[in-house]
Amino acid sequence: MATSDTKTTRQKVEAGLPRRRRKEFTFKLLGMFATAIGIVFLGLFFASLIAEGTSAFKQTFLKLDIELSEDVLAPGGELDLAYADFDGLVRTALRAEIPEASGRQDRRELYRIVSVGAAYQLRDLIAQNPDLMGTIQSLWVPASSNVDMLIKGNIDANIEEALRPLSDKQIGWVRQLQDKGRLESRFNRALFTNGDSREPELAGIKGAVMGSVYMLLVTMVLSFPIGVAAAIYLEEFAPRNRWSDLIEVNINNLAAVPSIVFGLLGLAVFINWAALPRSAPLVGGLVLTLLTLPVIIIASRAAIKAVPPSIREAALGLGASQTQVVFHHVLPLALPGMLTGAIIGMSRALGESAPLLMIGMVAFIVDVPGSLTDPATALPVQIFLWADSPERAFAERTSAAIIVLLGFLLVMNLTAVILRKRMERRW
Amino acid sequence: MTETSTDKPVPPAAEPQAEPVVEAAVLHEVPERVTELGGATVGNTRCENPFMVAEDVNVYYGDNHAIQNVSLEIGKKEVIALIGPSGCGKSTFLRCLNRMNDTIETARVTGNITLDGKDIYRSEQDPVALRARVGMVFQKPNPFPKSIYDNVAYGPRIHGLAADRAELDNIVHTSLERAGLINEVKDRLDEPGTSLSGGQQQRLCIARTIAVNPEVILMDEPCSALDPIATARIEDLMDELCEDYAIVIVTHSMQQAARVSRRVAYFHLGLLVEVDETDRIFTNPQHKLTEDYITGRIG
Repeated sequence: MATSDTKTTRQKVEAGLPRRRRKEFTFKLLGMFATAIGIVFLGLFFASLIAEGTSAFKQTFLKLDIELSEDVLAPGGELDLAYADFDGLVRTALRAEIPEASGRQDRRELYRIVSVGAAYQLRDLIAQNPDLMGTIQSLWVPASSNVDMLIKGNIDANIEEALRPLSDKQIGWVRQLQDKGRLESRFNRALFTNGDSREPELAGIKGAVMGSVYMLLVTMVLSFPIGVAAAIYLEEFAPRNRWSDLIEVNINNLAAVPSIVFGLLGLAVFINWAALPRSAPLVGGLVLTLLTLPVIIIASRAAIKAVPPSIREAALGLGASQTQVVFHHVLPLALPGMLTGAIIGMSRALGESAPLLMIGMVAFIVDVPGSLTDPATALPVQIFLWADSPERAFAERTSAAIIVLLGFLLVMNLTAVILRKRMERRW
Repeated sequence: MTETSTDKPVPPAAEPQAEPVVEAAVLHEVPERVTELGGATVGNTRCENPFMVAEDVNVYYGDNHAIQNVSLEIGKKEVIALIGPSGCGKSTFLRCLNRMNDTIETARVTGNITLDGKDIYRSEQDPVALRARVGMVFQKPNPFPKSIYDNVAYGPRIHGLAADRAELDNIVHTSLERAGLINEVKDRLDEPGTSLSGGQQQRLCIARTIAVNPEVILMDEPCSALDPIATARIEDLMDELCEDYAIVIVTHSMQQAARVSRRVAYFHLGLLVEVDETDRIFTNPQHKLTEDYITGRIG
């Protein structure tokens, strides 16, 4: 190589080195900075969620000695669970605990300390075990959500009385009960065993979780086989022409369509035209199927494309038919990728709320759904509903529900990773 | 070159030349080398005992005319080597012989190829059945990600060649034995085929091919990914296999062509330039291009 000046090639290379090193360093630094920002925001997100939400897993309970008097429960000698005055029993016990609340106004305020759930708890107890009638039972019943908030420090007792949900008297009684050891913070089972409720202390996510489970079942059963079959056909059998190009473009577009549009489609087709019930997990599952299908098809096609052509050729060269090539060789190798795509699509479906609003799954539903056609709601919609509720106690429950939802998502994505690692075969 | 059939989809057996060839063998005895490209194939495209006969084969990939008017006879139980520089169409021609080109959507084949007197591109010919008769070994060893046993048993299984497990065991065992692999793998038949070394994998692929009991074996540069020792083993194997099968091998190694083949066909830019007995090609090539190629001046 002819060099015009005195510098040798080596000198030129060395002269450029510091600049190259500087560039490399800058790029690494930028990358580290970007990663750090991501981690910081993720950390903030989790920290605020956990700080806000963990208190919802505890609930304040009140210990009352309740006389399950036969005179009150079965005045005519016949016990009728629907009409028996369980509320009265709770109130009597409460009055016995705080004797100084004597006037009508005082008593009314006193009764607000305990949750209406106390009466349901008594009813369930008697229904299970009628022999307890006539005995005195020492029971832990849920305190009202305002008391719970006071104990958890979410209500400031020092601000003006009219501005807080608990009066001075109520706060005094709560402190009195606290001193007597009658108040205790216990695990909030209701959060996991109850459906929705207007009373925060009785509200639970079981209805929403079951709704989500039913929906995802429908979605999985429909979208995985349909998506995989479509991907196999498009990738292995369909002729390449203008039609298949059109289909490909449309599938890619569908994956990017805002989810609420799928909700509108579901409303028009499944509810208005096919007359399926509103608010049903069946319809929700169908809508989410439409939503996840493009994702699954795209992931499955990518997985099929990733199968080395040499394997295909080997099988074809031995005289395997196209179908045999697909089912004996391509599918087993592509399955991990397909499953991963499906689970990622599923987790997207699990976190989806907008399309469900359109098909009536946003209704206030207390009962836990028992079938695909029962009215239900879904976990993200429940979060939306609770976040919309004015009661202070719903705020922590919103965060708790988000933690549960994130837990489900984590489990699903972990499953995807494990499945892929397990099934991946090397060639 | 006639290009009249470029537009319409090609009827596979367009030319009425399925009759047994009566024309005498053409032997271009020219004292001087032929130099022009595009004339008739030099040498002798015929052989005594033809099993596969290609007549005026043209292959198009879309607008690209990949091979032009190639006629060649492949004899029973002979090894014929296809040589030539990269992109000359030798692999394309090979893939016409078991219709592997069918899988390429833009590929179009005209002309006439017969196997044992029957056109393999006729409409009632099932390519699946054809590939069971004309097996193929690829450039890169490509065992299935399955056990060694399943690799060899796959062909017999899909074609239903074995009535029971014992018969299948027998086929697998014989095929591995014929491929010279049995001693190395007989204790590890359930290990994945991909756990073998490159040369062993290629012999596994050969075992897999002969397990279907084909009549012709096509080999597309079977040794290009292998070291010289593994190559020598495969070449020995080909010597044994040609007692039962016709073998068409594409190779970039002239030494390999000289060692294993009885006849050699030289391709250049999609044309079959010269075909002859291996000795003649390497000692007295008739065409200038052949001479340039084998002496290393091109390719």
